[in-house]
Amino acid sequence: MEHYNMNLTLKVWKQKNADSKGKFETFKVSDISSEMSFLEMFDVLNEKLIEEGKEPIAFDHDCREGICGACSMYIDGQPHGPWAKNTTCQLHMRAFHDGDTIVVEPWRSKAFPVIKDLMVDRAAFDRIIQAGGYVSVNTGNAVDANSLPIDKSDADAAFAAAACIGCGACVAACKNSSAMLFVSAKVAQLSLLPQGEPERRTRVLNMVTQMDKEGFGNCSNTYACEAECPKGISVLNIARMNREYMHAGLSADEK
Amino acid sequence: MALDAKVPQGEMDKKWTDYKGHVKLVNPSNKRKLEVIVVGTGLAGASAAASLGEMGYQVKTFCFQDSPRRAHSIAAQGGINAAKNYQNDGDSVFRLFYDTVKGGDYRSREANVYRLAEVSAAIIDQCVAQGVPFAREYGGLLSNRSFGGVQVQRTFYAAGQTGQQLLLGAYGALERQVALGNVTQYSRHEMLDVVMIDGKARGIIARDLVSGKLERHFGHAVLLCTGGYGNVFYLSTNAMGSNVTAAWKAHKKGAYFANPCYTQIHPTCIPLSGDHQSKLTLMSESLRNDGRIWVPKNLNETRKANDIPKDDRDYYLERRYPAFGNLVPRDVASRAAKERCDAGYGVGTTKMAVYLDFADAIKRYGRIEAGKAGNHHPAEEETIVLGKKVIEEKYGNLFEMYEKITGENPYEMPMRIYPAVHYTMGGLWVDYELMTTSKGLYCLGEANFSDHGANRLGASALMQGLADGYFVIPYTLGNYLADEIRTAAIPTTHEAFEQAENAVNERIQKMMGIKGTESVENFHKRLGKIMWNKCGMARNAKDLQEAMVEIRQLRKEFWSNVRIPGEINECNAELDKAGRVADFLELGELMCIDALNRAESCGGHFREESQTEEGEAKRNDELFSFVSAWEYKGDSTWELHKEKLEFEIVKPTQRSYK
Repeated sequence: MEHYNMNLTLKVWKQKNADSKGKFETFKVSDISSEMSFLEMFDVLNEKLIEEGKEPIAFDHDCREGICGACSMYIDGQPHGPWAKNTTCQLHMRAFHDGDTIVVEPWRSKAFPVIKDLMVDRAAFDRIIQAGGYVSVNTGNAVDANSLPIDKSDADAAFAAAACIGCGACVAACKNSSAMLFVSAKVAQLSLLPQGEPERRTRVLNMVTQMDKEGFGNCSNTYACEAECPKGISVLNIARMNREYMHAGLSADEK
Repeated sequence: MALDAKVPQGEMDKKWTDYKGHVKLVNPSNKRKLEVIVVGTGLAGASAAASLGEMGYQVKTFCFQDSPRRAHSIAAQGGINAAKNYQNDGDSVFRLFYDTVKGGDYRSREANVYRLAEVSAAIIDQCVAQGVPFAREYGGLLSNRSFGGVQVQRTFYAAGQTGQQLLLGAYGALERQVALGNVTQYSRHEMLDVVMIDGKARGIIARDLVSGKLERHFGHAVLLCTGGYGNVFYLSTNAMGSNVTAAWKAHKKGAYFANPCYTQIHPTCIPLSGDHQSKLTLMSESLRNDGRIWVPKNLNETRKANDIPKDDRDYYLERRYPAFGNLVPRDVASRAAKERCDAGYGVGTTKMAVYLDFADAIKRYGRIEAGKAGNHHPAEEETIVLGKKVIEEKYGNLFEMYEKITGENPYEMPMRIYPAVHYTMGGLWVDYELMTTSKGLYCLGEANFSDHGANRLGASALMQGLADGYFVIPYTLGNYLADEIRTAAIPTTHEAFEQAENAVNERIQKMMGIKGTESVENFHKRLGKIMWNKCGMARNAKDLQEAMVEIRQLRKEFWSNVRIPGEINECNAELDKAGRVADFLELGELMCIDALNRAESCGGHFREESQTEEGEAKRNDELFSFVSAWEYKGDSTWELHKEKLEFEIVKPTQRSYK
């Protein structure tokens, strides 16, 4: 692959902490290799800032392999930037050209308050999982794994939903800050599997209640979440969740 | 202190059963009064915290990430081993035990490994019950694949995201306990010291990484599940935040550190592309099920990979190790790649890479698929299209990741790969009960030293993390806590907490007060270079001695010239990193001391002075059949204690994969 170097202008959201007001600041970086990852470009910028005696830009990141879900930059108006099905950490600089100006913001959502600069607080996702994103099975209660055959297509669909990395790009992409894609991915995974059956109704009701409580908006079917999801989680999961929710609501009295 | 591993008496296959039958228990009402601190929420930590919460203990978890779900176990790709024998290919608890002891080059404790193999099957059951979507066959039953160093198919997997699925299962179980009020979860918190009272671990000092404030937390026992220390090399496949700090603080407070020199260099990683690189990315070992590794036969080969005919390719693993071929263990595969590249046969711009080629597998699968559809003479193009689909289902996410990073399409041309630091077999010394040499301080998962000897086999890290957390600690912790039921919670105003917090605070103040000129990142990079060049894939006495001098010098520089911007009482990633790098600067020296002391080659530890005529690792069982457990004596001095390794069942021989 041919590579090249570039000079760039960055407009980055700077905010000291949750209580202070933020604003965009402009930074210049030079000699950025097209082989670098987007976060490595930020490393270069931060090293430069430290050298100049300034404060580096705070951002979340950890595995840098696209799986932990920590990285979360809103780049030129798109969560995780211009590449489809991709996380910020896997975005590489060959997506940009010499002379480009890149605008970088944190996730924007009331339910994800800014902690500092590009870091946001996503604890709301933990609380939604706490409301029912699991199978209630204590350690030691399991039967032999192969005593429960599962149709391969169901297992594959459950896996596709379970691939969600909990990064919050769906929320950031949605004009309503809806968390439906995230919540539905877990609901769908467990409703597709026989293990999830006993808690099927309470799970969806409780998780949706918690989602609303956290201040996430509703879904208005623009599919922006699916388009920006780094793992390609399908909006069909939302349809499945709605069906589960309705069924659970209608049959709540029977229980 | 003499080391007592507390291995139960009796036959190997009865030890764990007997232990469980006679271990002390804590009754439910007493469990509610006992508090347990779990540091780290990866597979070991999350599974331990969830299980202990279910049992009724009051648990607190700590992780530096913003959610327990992001612990680096999430990135494990290939799979998890279990002696289920679902493939009817002759697997058994004994075989898994045997393979693991042999794979570890006879440097692990037999009784621990046997227990690991025994509980392995229950792990799969537990995970499936949680709804972990493992790969399945059309009949609805679980699918398996093969990994390095074994001749059976015992690896369970979920595409190339097995760690993610297992961790999300454990995380779900953990969050359930949070909802039930049995576990309190502290995210964006880093443990900075362990608090010892009357010779027992009674809590920790943690720093809230958002506010920067120090906190005191009491526990009747403390469990460290904090992963490995591969980032001492700067470049590794670990997450950026992975660090040794928790284990290192415990070490400095009395816990012995075992076999620090045992590091695993994984053979199949995306090669380094330049100085800007912040981390290396693994390409799962599972790829070696289907990929063939080769380099050109001719020095100064200039043709592109696809233009080099078969006769001009050297499939060096198949040539050197016909019995295991491309599926030799990691240490063997890594050294073989280094050997070819050092001899000048490497590929790519840096010449520090070898090819991992799927062209043959694509054709083979394509023919099978065509045959299933009744077409027994498919055209080559058709075979390739069908074959690519099969490869995509097996390894799609890995191929995608490779393309994103390198810009090259691995379906069309071979991957370029090179070994990289991946896992650390060394860690805090623990006994059979997973207790360190400090009473009440336990260590689970990669952070301890116990099960993998000098080399870990593929798909065994996930197995060990979950074995420790789900099935070992729930029994062994009770044996200790049963004698603690009369200990009331100690208020954190106790002077030991006070002293520990003051010491942590002083260190932070000191670091921030240096106001030098060089960034933390630079020091980390410089340390990494020393470690990789002199304590990496091949080691010798001269290099190791030089490395120790250089590390000491670098440490001095760090403490006089590091620049940390920002304030203490705020979210300050540079300060977090500085503390971790400061600890790596101490650990690095101990790794070199240990590597120098172990004048034999074994597993991932290759001493150039100790090799066979064919260049294979040569052990010296007479002199080195022991675990090195280092006691910290203050001021970067250590005393060596030895746990002699006795092999009752698996008799050590020269490890051969030919």
